[in-house]
Amino acid sequence: MFRFILSRLLQAIPVLLVVITATFFLVRAAPGGPFSAEKAVPPEVIKALEAQYKLDQPVWQQYISYLGDLAQGDFGPSFRYPGRTVDELIYGGLPITAELALYAMLVAIIIGVSAGVFAALKPNTPQDYVPMSAAMVGICMPSFLMGPLLVLIFGIWLEWLPVSGWGDLPGDKLLPAITLGTGYAAFLARLSRGGMLEVMSQDYIRTARAKGLPEWVVVLKHGLRGGLIPVVAFLGPAFAGLLSGSFVVETIFQIPGLGRFYVQAAFNRDYTMILGTTVFFATLIILFNLLSDIIAVWINPKLRHQVQGGS
Amino acid sequence: MSEPMVMSNNIEQAEKGTSLWQDAWIRLRKNKLALFGLGVIVFLCIIALLTPLIAPYGYEEQDLVLGASPPSAEHWLGTDIFGRDMLTRIMYGSRVSLMVGFIATGVALVIGVLWGTIAGYAGGRVDAVMMRLVDILYALPFMIFIILLMVIFGRNILLLFLAIGAVEWLTMARIVRGQVLSLRRQEFIEAAVSLGLSRWTIIRRHLIPNTLGPVIVYTTLTIPSVMLLEAFLSFLGLGIQPPQSSWGLLISYGVETMEEYPWLLLFPGLTLSITLFALNFLGDGLRDALDVRSSKD
Repeated sequence: MFRFILSRLLQAIPVLLVVITATFFLVRAAPGGPFSAEKAVPPEVIKALEAQYKLDQPVWQQYISYLGDLAQGDFGPSFRYPGRTVDELIYGGLPITAELALYAMLVAIIIGVSAGVFAALKPNTPQDYVPMSAAMVGICMPSFLMGPLLVLIFGIWLEWLPVSGWGDLPGDKLLPAITLGTGYAAFLARLSRGGMLEVMSQDYIRTARAKGLPEWVVVLKHGLRGGLIPVVAFLGPAFAGLLSGSFVVETIFQIPGLGRFYVQAAFNRDYTMILGTTVFFATLIILFNLLSDIIAVWINPKLRHQVQGGS
Repeated sequence: MSEPMVMSNNIEQAEKGTSLWQDAWIRLRKNKLALFGLGVIVFLCIIALLTPLIAPYGYEEQDLVLGASPPSAEHWLGTDIFGRDMLTRIMYGSRVSLMVGFIATGVALVIGVLWGTIAGYAGGRVDAVMMRLVDILYALPFMIFIILLMVIFGRNILLLFLAIGAVEWLTMARIVRGQVLSLRRQEFIEAAVSLGLSRWTIIRRHLIPNTLGPVIVYTTLTIPSVMLLEAFLSFLGLGIQPPQSSWGLLISYGVETMEEYPWLLLFPGLTLSITLFALNFLGDGLRDALDVRSSKD
């Protein structure tokens, strides 16, 4: 197990390096310097600014020094917010985005898994069709449509919930979390239905029933463990999706999280901010994929034996 | 799962080949939802193609006196704040949205099928290197990369096709490779080799046609995800730029004025959702009809 984790960690390093390198050179290849948008600035000022951001050095030297700074957790200064560093912006937005992603994930898991398991218990009956059709609607309803519709219904027409902000008013975290979570709830419902259907026809489930265990123990204890393997495998990629989904949700609900910073940075051409957030997001996503791989091996005895037995 | 397709090449190619597709068609016809999906897609494509001829109003035709109006006999889906006919705008938007869906999927299709076939057929070290690259690309946060590309190189529609296509080919490559791996040990490939056919001919004539089933299924399922991606980017203002229009862009305009004029959000949103619905149903139906097991990764 330890060797498996270690080898996976080692594999993640080249991926990360590719991300950093590609982003760095893409951003450097961008037409127009970061300061060219401003009005006519005296050449000395541009020189001074370029020196401050190390833009006067050859590209490869900038690259090396950027890598060096990154290794120490330093993302450099922001181009657009003078006096602020990318680190400050990232660490300011991260807790908010993480909290949003966590709530969304909870919404997705609670609704999705229970709907999927519920449907799988009686396949091809109304108990199956109704939640699964709802899941299909959830998949086909993108967050940038779901969000505004929820705002329109619960915020503006019914006036039940606040329509924007994060932690300012009671209940303002509810709509963003639901908006972000429903799409994944729908996906998880399909995955857990598929997983449960496959598991519930296995011999060991028959054995468990033959032992005279009550049905809910069979389902919850024996069924879920195997049936949720596809769900767990999906959680890593889902987290990546939640982060990029947070771009839209944070923009709609005006939440000062990472996603909104990223979109703003993209519009403002704040190159160091784009570079920093990309690298940061990439690291997070790679780590979460790694984590979901490890959990998948950990809960699936078949995979665990493969890992321990084979090389 | 590849058995029936293998048969088609083993024996008399022409006759058996068609019977497989007829089989699939018979199975698909029994699936009402998939047929409904197919119908919706065909209908939309026809509408999109004919839009310049049948659109009730001009694309940029304004009626500032009228302004935003709810659905009426003259304007079935209402008008926006400039008095532009919503139905017309959705119809023109469908051209862009569907075009992005099909072309970007096409890009993904070509790259993915070629990559997967070559990797699977070559095997050994070539395969290992090629698939390792796919693994690495899989781990990249692509959404962010597309946004980055759009920001850096301008919001160009061609670039959008390329960027989206470049993201979506990975799964296709994996699926095709898996197919080819199981196919290339079959006798008919051996026969082709012994007949002295060149590698390229074998790939083109014998391998690719036999991977068609899963490829078609996955293509149908890729189109909605591509369209969703386009709408997502356009919603953020990073995709299609005015004066061009797409459903994502219309939705983002609709959101701005949804308090006063909710129909401006509802209709483009409904159109996009129904299309995605139809494509997903069609894809699921095709999967059952062609008997392709879904691959989860």
